[in-house]
Amino acid sequence: MNDMTPDRNERKANLKGLGSSRKRVEDLRFTQGKGNYVDDIKLEGMLHGDFVRSPYAHARIKSINTDAAMALDGVLAVLTAKDLEPLGLHWMPTLAGDKQMVLADGKVLFQGQEVAYVVAKDRYIAADGAELVEVEYEELPVLVDPFEALKSDVVLREDLDPKADGAHGPRKHPNHIFTWEVGEKEATEEVLDASDVVAEEMVYYHRTHPCPLETCGCVASMDKVNGKLTLYGTFQAPHAIRTVVSLISGLEEHNIRVISPDIGGGFGNKVGAYPGYVCSVVASIVTGLPVKWVEDRMENLMTTAFARDYWMKGKISATKEGKITGLWCHTTADHGGFDACADPTKFPAGFMNICTGSYDIPTAYLAVDGVYTNKAPGGVAYRCSFRVTEAAYFIERMIEVLAIELNMDAAELRRINFIKQDQFPYTSALGWEYDSGDYHTAWDKALKAVGYDDLRKEQAQRVEDFKAGKTRKLLGIGLTHFTEIVGAGPVKNCDILGLGMFDSCEIRIHPTGSAIARLGTISQGQGHATTFAQILASEIGLPADSITIEEGDTDTAPYGLGTYGSRSTPVAGAATAMAGRKIRAKAQMIAAYMLEVHDDDVEFDVDRFVVKGAPERFKTMKEIAFAAYNQAVPGIEPGLEAVSYYDPPNMTYPFGAYICVMEIDVDTGEHEIRQFYALDDCGTRINPMIIEGQVHGGLTEALSIAMGQEIAYDNMGNVKTGTLMDFFLPTAWETPNYTTDHTTTPSPHHPIGAKGVGESPNVGGVPAFSNAVHDAFKAFGLRQVHMPHDHWRIWKTANDLGLHG
Amino acid sequence: MIPAAFDYHRPTDLNSVISLLQEHGDDARVIAGGHSLIPLMKLRMAEVPHLIDLQSIDALTGIETGSKIRIGAMTTQSDIINNTSLASSAPILKEASLQIADPQIRYMGTVGGNVANGDPGNDMPGLMQCLDATYILCGPEGEREVKARDFYHAAYMTEREDDEVMVAVTFDAIKGGYAYVKQKRKIGDYATAAAAVIMSKDGSTCKEASIAMTNLSDTPIFCGAASDCLIGTSVSAEDIKNAVASMIDAIDPAEDNRGPVEFKKHAAAVVLSRAIERAWQRA
Ligand SMILES: Cc1cc2nc3c(=O)[nH]c(=O)nc-3n(C[C@H](O)[C@H](O)[C@H](O)COP(=O)(O)OP(=O)(O)OC[C@H]3O[C@@H](n4cnc5c(N)ncnc54)[C@H](O)[C@@H]3O)c2cc1C
Repeated sequence: MNDMTPDRNERKANLKGLGSSRKRVEDLRFTQGKGNYVDDIKLEGMLHGDFVRSPYAHARIKSINTDAAMALDGVLAVLTAKDLEPLGLHWMPTLAGDKQMVLADGKVLFQGQEVAYVVAKDRYIAADGAELVEVEYEELPVLVDPFEALKSDVVLREDLDPKADGAHGPRKHPNHIFTWEVGEKEATEEVLDASDVVAEEMVYYHRTHPCPLETCGCVASMDKVNGKLTLYGTFQAPHAIRTVVSLISGLEEHNIRVISPDIGGGFGNKVGAYPGYVCSVVASIVTGLPVKWVEDRMENLMTTAFARDYWMKGKISATKEGKITGLWCHTTADHGGFDACADPTKFPAGFMNICTGSYDIPTAYLAVDGVYTNKAPGGVAYRCSFRVTEAAYFIERMIEVLAIELNMDAAELRRINFIKQDQFPYTSALGWEYDSGDYHTAWDKALKAVGYDDLRKEQAQRVEDFKAGKTRKLLGIGLTHFTEIVGAGPVKNCDILGLGMFDSCEIRIHPTGSAIARLGTISQGQGHATTFAQILASEIGLPADSITIEEGDTDTAPYGLGTYGSRSTPVAGAATAMAGRKIRAKAQMIAAYMLEVHDDDVEFDVDRFVVKGAPERFKTMKEIAFAAYNQAVPGIEPGLEAVSYYDPPNMTYPFGAYICVMEIDVDTGEHEIRQFYALDDCGTRINPMIIEGQVHGGLTEALSIAMGQEIAYDNMGNVKTGTLMDFFLPTAWETPNYTTDHTTTPSPHHPIGAKGVGESPNVGGVPAFSNAVHDAFKAFGLRQVHMPHDHWRIWKTANDLGLHG
Repeated sequence: MIPAAFDYHRPTDLNSVISLLQEHGDDARVIAGGHSLIPLMKLRMAEVPHLIDLQSIDALTGIETGSKIRIGAMTTQSDIINNTSLASSAPILKEASLQIADPQIRYMGTVGGNVANGDPGNDMPGLMQCLDATYILCGPEGEREVKARDFYHAAYMTEREDDEVMVAVTFDAIKGGYAYVKQKRKIGDYATAAAAVIMSKDGSTCKEASIAMTNLSDTPIFCGAASDCLIGTSVSAEDIKNAVASMIDAIDPAEDNRGPVEFKKHAAAVVLSRAIERAWQRA
């Protein structure tokens, strides 16, 4: 007889599986300064690269003289476009089907563009060498406004045939990149014409930057003896980088090993390929020595992928009673000098067509025009799934404006337009199939939690007091109900450079009952080593503490498309569960053999297989693991391993209800966040503590974006916010308290019902903060002002409304 | 953000500092906490072939309190915050220091560096003008004194000669109320507008007043006329308005990422009226 203690609940707790607030295993090394980041990598004989960058936003390059730099002791090489041209590497493909200069080829298109690459014995000499490169520029007229760019006869991309189609169809103007249309244009316009009420507004989501703590960088190391290139880098998609490097360099893919070590935050900034990677690889091939390149903060802010910069003109119509009838949106998307957006190939504006949000909108139309300007390229999903935060901001602003137009409470307007629980799976007018949701429950819970009705009463009193001169502070209540679309995604419609967006997990169980699992994703702080072990623990009945999770080395991990767009849990997390189930299926046969019963007569119970109806007869997974290696089980191969490549049938649709209560000083433009309530529904919750951490972090980024953070340019195309003095990153001091909450609506198609959460707080947070600002001034006639709501812009709003007497 | 090469000197007495400055002329600069100078060197906006570290010079340290206060140039903002006797004889120093940068920077940033730097964003120059402080400079010919109110000519242009070292600042202990009110975008930011105010009372009328503003011109602005608007009054709303109006005439803010000129003037008016109200309450 087997021992029946510990009991079932205790055994479950010991696994630290799904639902456990297990402490993050990676934090031990991070909090002790023992992480291993790209800049920690030091290889024998390693050289250092630094860029000469353009001071101008648009200029022709007349000449480049590298003599003085080459003469400096310690400088080994200075690369220019001329040196890369014979290798065909002076341009590189972008993820969006465009191409981008690696080093300036005849002209520059944005301030900070890479012009020459200096390779030297140490980082200091490289910087000194870069100072000595003489570049003669001839300034050209600068276009920083996308609307002007579409009218101007100044042609930015002289390399493109103005009449030829771009990667996404016809171009209307030499500075035009693509038009992307979804939905029914005429039908929507008819609905707008026929509706009782139409609200119209231009909603601008300004240009900002993910600004991860660690900047982008790499170490390229070409071993000329065995012909292998090892590339360490801050890559959010190491496998895709390997394929891209192989395609553009001509090296066979098996001779390339890409390693993403610890990554200090990515937020989309580290998805794309940058000139620094190409130049470092070339420099290593040329010198036969390892070459390191690491951006400094200014280079990161000025040149590697920005986010947003969407001008969204919207029209929303409704009946007198507030039932929404149609939504129309035309977006002008400022992409900068090259189209380097990181979107699935068929989606040049990402998933912007999720812009119908949480609402049952019968008819809709979206068009997006991409435009070249003299700004840095990028357009990445900064802690959001491809343009989802733009879409969420757009619809959540339009709802507020419609509420004003209808003279209706914005919470009620949302409630009467939510997709109802029994409508799921719901197909939106712009083509998505929402997998699940229960918006009314979440919304009511949120309104109740903050005491919504009392807040509105307090606000009304505040307006009276303000008018009576008793206070100079206004109260804003910022509402948001967002729906995301994450987990790209089904290979049938999502690929990047032709690589289907599946993901993968490979598991090996060791004889003594511990395991290693490798995934195609890569953590940048999300805690994969913690949570993926929890998924497996619940699936295979071995403690999470006995499971090592490894990612980021393309020689050992299975192929995957990486971590961004909240796709790790929906895709790689699903692969993990599926691989775990394969392990379990084999374990079941081994257990049945050991217990001398038929396979169907045993069942899984937490950490063991038990004989049905005889719970005292069982084999633990630990015992089964050992048996897999030490017993010959007839008809079954030895060992216990599995691999799964998961192609999700659909995206997942996390949602949430956020409410921000904000006090605004109309004289100084300063704000204080009195309360922030965030309810998230991310389906099955793997690790509540990590979810809470992700929500706090994402909300703080949302706060930065809404209240101050921007990449601003002057008319000459100079970046005005190139350091952290002017680019707003909040400290603990600026960060408010957050109250987190949840409902749980599991995804019906995901193996464990999880939906992804890392990006929700950014997607939902930005409109919540921004709506609070708008709401504070609503009583005085404000409809729409643009973010960021920093002091002077809030002051200006108050001033324009005549609130300064 | 990689500085050009430089030689590092770390003398142990003031004379050696001055001879190094004389020897290398334009090529040499002293470094105190380095939190203004090092960023400039990393941006290659300042090239300093010879960097002379003041850390090992005892003559530049120490805080003396009493009716006359003397603060050595190498005193850090953190030292000021934690000096209890200073907190009672000149509490405005603590109030202002707590609004400078963040705790990490305040462990490094010094009074001497802050007042000698000449950056209009620094908070202590305005504060020193409000206190009517005297700077003690030491050069090849020995020590001399310069009034804080006469020290600043333009951004980074001061009365200090290249071969002089700031030794200490001195001023009288504060009588009456005080306030340092600063508007900034976030912790670690320089002022959008800041006001230093000291006021004393005789019964219910204002006996003395001193006002100086920060980051609203290319130098700190001591507002004598604005102070005069308060002296002899009961500091009514109307009197404060007059003082503010006079201050607005004296400043000349420039547009930057903190906002346009009109906003800066508005912010200046708000911080000054709040500072006057607080100082008067405390007087
Ligand atoms: C992120 C950040 C935020 C900041 N925010 C603020 C703020 O809000 N308010 C504020 O006032 N300051 C702020 N500072 C500046 C900080 O307070 C500086 O440390 C201070 O201004 C200069 O002091 P220091 O000792 O670091 O001087 P250093 O950087 O060492 O020197 C500054 C200049 O003064 C000269 N100098 C230094 N000491 C002497 C001396 N004894 N004699 C002659 N010349 C000398 C140097 O040659 C140099 O030119 C900030 C700094 C940073 C990095």
